[in-house]
Order: sequence, then C-alpha cells, then structure tokens
Amino acid sequence: MINTFIGNLGHLMVILAFVSSLITAYSYYQYTVVPEIEKASWRKFSRIFFYIHAVSAISIGVILFNIIHNFRFEYFYAYSHASRALPVHYMISSFWEGQEGSFILWIFWDVILGLFLIHTNKSWEGPVMVVFSLVQAFLVSMILGVVIGDLKIGSSPFILLRDVANAPIFQMNPDFVPEDGTGLNPLLQNIWMVIHPPTLFLGYASTLVPFAYLMAGLWTGKYKEWIRPALPWTIFSALILGMGIIMGAYWAYVTLNFGGYWNWDPVENASYVPWLIIVASIHTMITFKKSSTALKTSIVLIILQFILVLYATFLVRSGVLGDTSVHSFTDLGLSGQLLIYLFFFMFVAIFLSARAWKNIPTSEKEASVYSREFWIFIGATTLGLMAFQVILPTSIPVYNAIVESFGGISNMAPPADQIEFYTKFQLWFGVVLALLTAVGQFFWWKKMDKKELKNALATPYIISLILAAIIISVAKVWNITFMVIVMAATFTIVANATILSKLLKKSTFKLAGGSLAHIGLGLILIGVMFSSGYSDVISLNMSGLTYKRDWEDELNKENVLLWINQPLQMKDYEVVYRGRNKKLEGVPGYVNVNKLESTDNVNEAIALEDINVNGKTYHKKGDKVNIVLEENSYFEIEYFKDQQHQFTLFPMSQPNPTMGLISSPDSKHFLNKDLYTHISAINSYDDPEWGEDEFYEVTPGEQFHLGDYITTFEGGEVMEEVEGVELEEGDVAVKAKLVIQDHDRQIHLDPIFLIRGNRIGKIPTVNHDLGVKIQVDNISPETNQFVFKANNYQKDYVVMKALVKPYINVLWIGTIIMLIGFGVAIYRRYDEFIKMRDKGLE
Amino acid sequence: MKKGHILGLGVIAIAIVIIVSSIGDASSYESFSTAKAMAQEGDDDPIHVVGQLAKDSMGTVTGLEVSDDKTSFTFTMVDNEGTSQQVYYNEPVPADFTRSEQVVVIGSYKSENMFVADKILMKCPSKYQETELKEASL
Repeated sequence: MINTFIGNLGHLMVILAFVSSLITAYSYYQYTVVPEIEKASWRKFSRIFFYIHAVSAISIGVILFNIIHNFRFEYFYAYSHASRALPVHYMISSFWEGQEGSFILWIFWDVILGLFLIHTNKSWEGPVMVVFSLVQAFLVSMILGVVIGDLKIGSSPFILLRDVANAPIFQMNPDFVPEDGTGLNPLLQNIWMVIHPPTLFLGYASTLVPFAYLMAGLWTGKYKEWIRPALPWTIFSALILGMGIIMGAYWAYVTLNFGGYWNWDPVENASYVPWLIIVASIHTMITFKKSSTALKTSIVLIILQFILVLYATFLVRSGVLGDTSVHSFTDLGLSGQLLIYLFFFMFVAIFLSARAWKNIPTSEKEASVYSREFWIFIGATTLGLMAFQVILPTSIPVYNAIVESFGGISNMAPPADQIEFYTKFQLWFGVVLALLTAVGQFFWWKKMDKKELKNALATPYIISLILAAIIISVAKVWNITFMVIVMAATFTIVANATILSKLLKKSTFKLAGGSLAHIGLGLILIGVMFSSGYSDVISLNMSGLTYKRDWEDELNKENVLLWINQPLQMKDYEVVYRGRNKKLEGVPGYVNVNKLESTDNVNEAIALEDINVNGKTYHKKGDKVNIVLEENSYFEIEYFKDQQHQFTLFPMSQPNPTMGLISSPDSKHFLNKDLYTHISAINSYDDPEWGEDEFYEVTPGEQFHLGDYITTFEGGEVMEEVEGVELEEGDVAVKAKLVIQDHDRQIHLDPIFLIRGNRIGKIPTVNHDLGVKIQVDNISPETNQFVFKANNYQKDYVVMKALVKPYINVLWIGTIIMLIGFGVAIYRRYDEFIKMRDKGLE
Repeated sequence: MKKGHILGLGVIAIAIVIIVSSIGDASSYESFSTAKAMAQEGDDDPIHVVGQLAKDSMGTVTGLEVSDDKTSFTFTMVDNEGTSQQVYYNEPVPADFTRSEQVVVIGSYKSENMFVADKILMKCPSKYQETELKEASL
C-alpha cells in the first residue's frame, strides 16, 4: 500500500524550511538595522523563526531516513538508492548517495553551525545570521521540487516512483510498489563512505562561517574585527575539509581499483582547490593579527574559498563534467539554480568589498625580506598558484560549455595523463612549501636579521641533510627529483621539530599548532613521493606468450591470470588462487562457497558441512546461516615465499546487474609498505555451458585422465542412506569415490548410483572450481567396471593485479599530525575569541 | 623597483607558465579520421575519441576479441562520424563494457590500423530505465 502521507509531510517540511529561512533573513536584517531599543524584540522573533527552520530542516532528514529505513520503495529515492539486503549502516550511505540527500546533509550542518553561532556571539549574531539564512534559502531551494509552468525549482527527494518512471505497470496498477530497490552502489558499501560524506559536507558547510563574518564585517563597517571570530572557524574548515578529503582518498585506496588514493579526478580536484585557499587564508589572517598587514588579501581569500566551494558544487552536480569524471552526480537539471546561487554570493561579496575597499586599512611599509610577513605572503601566494594550476585544467569542460553556448565549437579535453600532468607542478610547489615552512617558522617566533637566520638555521639544516642522506641511501632513492623532495621534506620536519621543542619547553602546547601542521606536511610529501613514485606492479605477466603485434612489446602487461590451485611466480612471491568465499554473520574470516548452498531468501544459505574457524564450530551442517551481502564474493589468494605460506588476501568482487563487475582490493599492511591486490576479471557466474559428454570405463584402484586431471577411482561403496532420497527395502545405493589431484590439492567427488527394482537413478556431482560434472552412468557387476559420464567446463580463474606501495604509512601519519596541528590551532584561536568576547571586545 | 613588483612579476610569470602548459598538455576530442591524420603527421599525443561499440542488427556487440590470458582485448568502435576502428586495450575487459551506451577512448594510433587505448571511459545506461524496473518488479 502506498503511503503518500509521509512524502507529503516531508515536502511540507521542505517548504516550511524554505519560507522560514527567508523570514529569518529578513528579520535578522531588521534586527541589525533597527535602533537599539527595538533590537530585543526583533532578535526574539528572528531566533524563533530560525528554530522553526532548524526543526523543519532536521525533520526533512528524519523523514527521508524513515522512507529508506522502512523500505518504502514507492518513493523514487528509496527505490533507487536502497535495497532490502543492505545492513543499517549502509542505509545511512544510501541517504547521501543521491544529490538530494547530500543537500539535506549540507543544510543540516548549516543549521547546527547556525545554532552554535547564535549562542556564542553577541554583536555578530544579526549580520552573520542574515548571510546564513540566505545561504539556507538557496540550499533548501535545491530540494524544493516546485514546478511553475516550465520552470522547475529544485529536485524533491519525496517524489513517488510512479511519477518518475513511466513503466507500464503503473498504468495497470497505480498502487504498485516494487518488491525491492535497486540498491546502493556497491562501491559505496564501505565504512568510509558512511563517514566521509558527512565530514566533507561539514567541511563545505563550515566555509560559510568565515565568509559570513566577513560579509557582516564589511556590511557593518567592522573591517578588521571580523578576523578574530572568523579565524578559528577558518582553521576548523581546513581541519574538517582536510579530514574529509583524506577519508575520501583512503576510501578510494581501499575500495576503488585504480591502485591509488588520488587520481586527480575533477571531483577530487574540486575539493582540493578550496582547501588550498582556506589554508592560504589562515596564514594571511594570522599575519594580520600579528602585524596588521595582509587584510585585503585575507578578504579576497575568504571570499574566494567560499565561492570555490560553490564552484566545486556546480562542477560536480551540474553535469558539465560529463564524461571527464568517473564519479560526478547525475544531472538533475539544477545547473541554472546552482549558477544563480554562485553568482548571487559572488556579486554580493564583490559589491560589499568594493564599497568598503578604500576604508580598509592597509600597511604602507614595504615588508622586509627578513620579516615573517614577507615569507608568509610568499607561502600564501604559492598555495594560491597551486590552486590555480589545478582549477584551470579542471575547468576545461566549462570552457567547452561556454564556447558552445555562444554557438562555437570547442574540442578541448583534459590532459590525457592527469596524474603526470598535475604531479609535475604540484610536487615542485610542495617542495617550495616545505622550504618556506622551514624558514618561515623561525621568522615567526623571532625577529631575525641575516646573521641570526644563518645561526638559527645552520643546525637544523645540517641535521636534515644527514637524515636525508640516510633515507636516500637506505631506501635507494636514486632519482634527482625525489632526492630534492626528501631533502626539502626532512628540512621542514627537522626545522619545525626544533621550533616545537623550544615552544614546548618555554610555553604551552597551545602554540604548537603551526609546527605540528608543518611537520605533517613534510611527512605527507615523503609518503606521497614513496608510495606513488616507487609504487611497483609485481603482477607482471611473464607468461611468455608470443605477441601478435610488434607494438605490444612496449606495453607492460600488469595483470596476471591465475587458474585455481595453480601456483604462479610473481617477483618475490608465489601466488595461488584458492576459490571463492562469502562472509557470514557472526563468523570471523571468510567461508568457502562450496560449504554453502543459497536459499531463495536474500542473504541466506544452508551450511553443507560444519563451519569451523580456529577450532570453534560456528554452524552445524544443515544450519541456516546469514550471509553478509550475498552478492559479494571474496577471492582467496595465498601468497608464498620460499615455499612458506606468508599470508592470504581476500579481494572482493561483486557482479552487479546494473554496473557490471565491481571490485575492491585487499591489502597486506606491513610497517613499511602495503601489498595491494585487486581482481580485474573473473569467471562467469552464470550457469555454465557444459562441454560434450565423455565416457570413462574404470575399475576400482585405476588411475585415469579426467580432462586434464589425474583422477583415481578408489572404489564403490554401498550406502545405508542417501541425502534427499528415502531408501526403500531392496534399494541399492552405491557411491563411487573419485579423487582428483589438482596440483597440491585433492578434491573428492562422490557421484551416486541408485537401483530400485529395474529402475536406476544417477546423482551427479558438480565441482564449479574445477569445472567438472560427473555421474556414474552404469555399473557392470561382472567385470566390476564403472562407467562414468563427465562434462567439462572452464575451471575457475581470476585475473588480478598486485602492487607494492612503499612507506604509505608515512603519508597517513603525516596527515594525522597535520590535522592534530589544525586542532591545536583551533583551540588556541577559539580560546582567544572567547576571552575577548567576555571582555566585551568581540 | 620595489620587492612587491618583483614578486608580482614572478607570480605573473609562473601563472603564464601554468596557463601555457595547461593549453599545451590539454588533449582534444577527435574522430578516428582526424586522429589517423595526426598520427601520420607524426603527432602521437594521446587524444580522446567518443563513439559506440560496433553492434549487429540484434544489438549484440561484435568484434570483441579477448586474448588467451584474458589480460587484454581488442574491440571495434564506431566514432560519431561513423568510422569503424579496431581498438586494443591492455587491460582485462571491464565487466560492464558490452552494456555501455557510449565509450570514450584515450590513446593514439600505434600502427596503420590499430588504435591503442591507454584508458577507456564508459557511460553506462542509467540505473532507472524502464526495462530495469520491469525486471525488478517481476
């Protein structure tokens, strides 16, 4: 039965949230401009409406989650993003798989931030909340789903399936509800995809806070004062957005099979660019706090980071990226609306800053080369250039779209090898940043002249050279570019560690944020350099097949074909594929599919034998067991070194009916490297097409060739009972015991032959791993000869790729240290804001 | 000249380098005929070609040949001008390959009649097509 009530309620909440945000914007505007005596009542009124907005915005989310959680497949959103097989934590991912859900998430975070600001600010509340409410109005309009004539405003998540799909079934039965949804994209069925989107969107949402303070400052004439409250929030954005990006990178590393964590895909770039600008703005803002310079630069950067987040949103959601990105959203026809959103805030920001520009204080004096302002400014400029270098080619599809909208033809495409293209710039910028952060920190804490600088830098410089030399020779870094990177990175690590130890001795941990973040940068550089620059494909195909075409010689074959049980040498390792596995609820590790027989119910199977793990029996033969996501198969790959078993990996693959084969790698994590393995192709899952009948006449004890396998017929055995058959008086059941030798494995096949009166029954045995079906065709008691009928099919195989990623842990450690650095800095700057606010100097 | 000016000039210089390199390294969308002409002139920079897989009247993909070790394959692609071309790809067949509505190959001609793709992008039919819905509702 279709439940239309809940969808209508959701839609009502969307409209309420939209209207209340407009009212809040208006009333906060009044609150800001009216004389002091009227302020109290306007404030009360505004707050009430913001609370109404908050409640309705949160209800939208609750209602949508209810639709997904209760499998209300009459709703398009639930139908297209959820399915019954999904565990609850992946239903949360379903929530933000679609564009509408991710907008709701963004709206939700803005609400939380807004509530926080209302209760922590005094004089800023009014003007800041005007900006907030306007942003909320734009965001809610994206999910409004109102159609006026040809004009469509927003895309509602609460539309019914029957209103979207014009399937004939709805003409016959308008109340038809599909049994199951199409499910969550299997690539998103990962724990990181549960927490990555909310983190990223909190990062995006929080860029609004410094922007709102800036707009409020420009509007009310507090051209300098906005910096103090905005600074901790800017660092907060850098922390959260940075964390979101890294989670996304980690997700890509453990889930996607391009063999890395960063692919310079337009969608990734779109989040990286605003982050760079946020970091640049933090630096100019702290310079301003210390020495009253770089205020105008800070203003420009804060506007830029907010606009770039909107631009990123536009790129990802408007469909303009088209085929240049593998993971942009589908086009919902919101491009126009997104552009209006972008241009509205761009024009407001430009208008307010232009109006205030001549009143903004600047410092006349030229910065000396030995001043910290100078070095920080260069650092911020470098960050800006890095952002520029990335956003320019990422926007190529936008230029094409613009040229085409004016009737021209543009056939520009993004660089063919994106990784090489971006790396060659970003890596050198990274080196420059490392050097700047090393030198800059010394200037920061002390006034310096030429001589003092030499003295201060000499020791860290020498230590870092020694350290770099050790790293270079131990890790065999024989590439000039990489040597430079190692030196620059160790220099910043050592220099900042020196500063850090001095700071910790003299004062509190509160001041350590900067040096920690910079140490993190050094580690990240080293980690990226090793894990990408020295990433090594070990699954090179050495099969020695004669190549058909001469130009194939230059191509590396980076995938190998593994037949089941057949070992293959791969550089240092010998690998063997051992078959498919499933994951069972409550059972550690994986269970071979041959031990399970699936039932008609989703995610359910019957155990064909006892399931033992580490000596403990988890399920008895015949038990019903629950599979965790039945579609997922885990391919058991054993790694050997010098005949010794080292470890076993279980890369996952899922043949998805709508998306094809979805694979997720599995990695063995060593302290100094990761060994990464993923499946590129698998044997078909469909019912096999069995080959021609082949007959074998064998006597007990005889060995024969069954296809390619050496098989021993051990003999027949009369059975007392047969599974699935009730034996009657006088029945004879014989089990033929066959043993197939496949490399180091012995596989037992026991086809059964039944005689009842003058009728016979044959129960064949099928082994999918070997691709063999065999049955006893006849028994001649006189000669004691058994006649077997066998059919063959391709034995099971996987095509896989394996990479070694050295020192990837340095990268993860570096990012964690950098994020801790941001955290410390937030604490310090927020503490400052609170103290000054309580003094009445907000 | 003040330091600020030098700095400004430096930034402008780097920005120009970035712009020039972006234009220089940008690839382009071509048809197989223009790509072939480029290759014959000695320009072997990788380019993008948009098209579809060759299909017979029944809609089955034709011309797909997988190597014995299953780690590479060749296929026939028809670009938007209607030119047919055999394309080689040095990776296993992506599983949803034959279902793709549109294919973008990034690569270049390595010989007279073989286009070698370094990368393949596929656009697959939307998840929410009518046929899918019927399947799901059975």
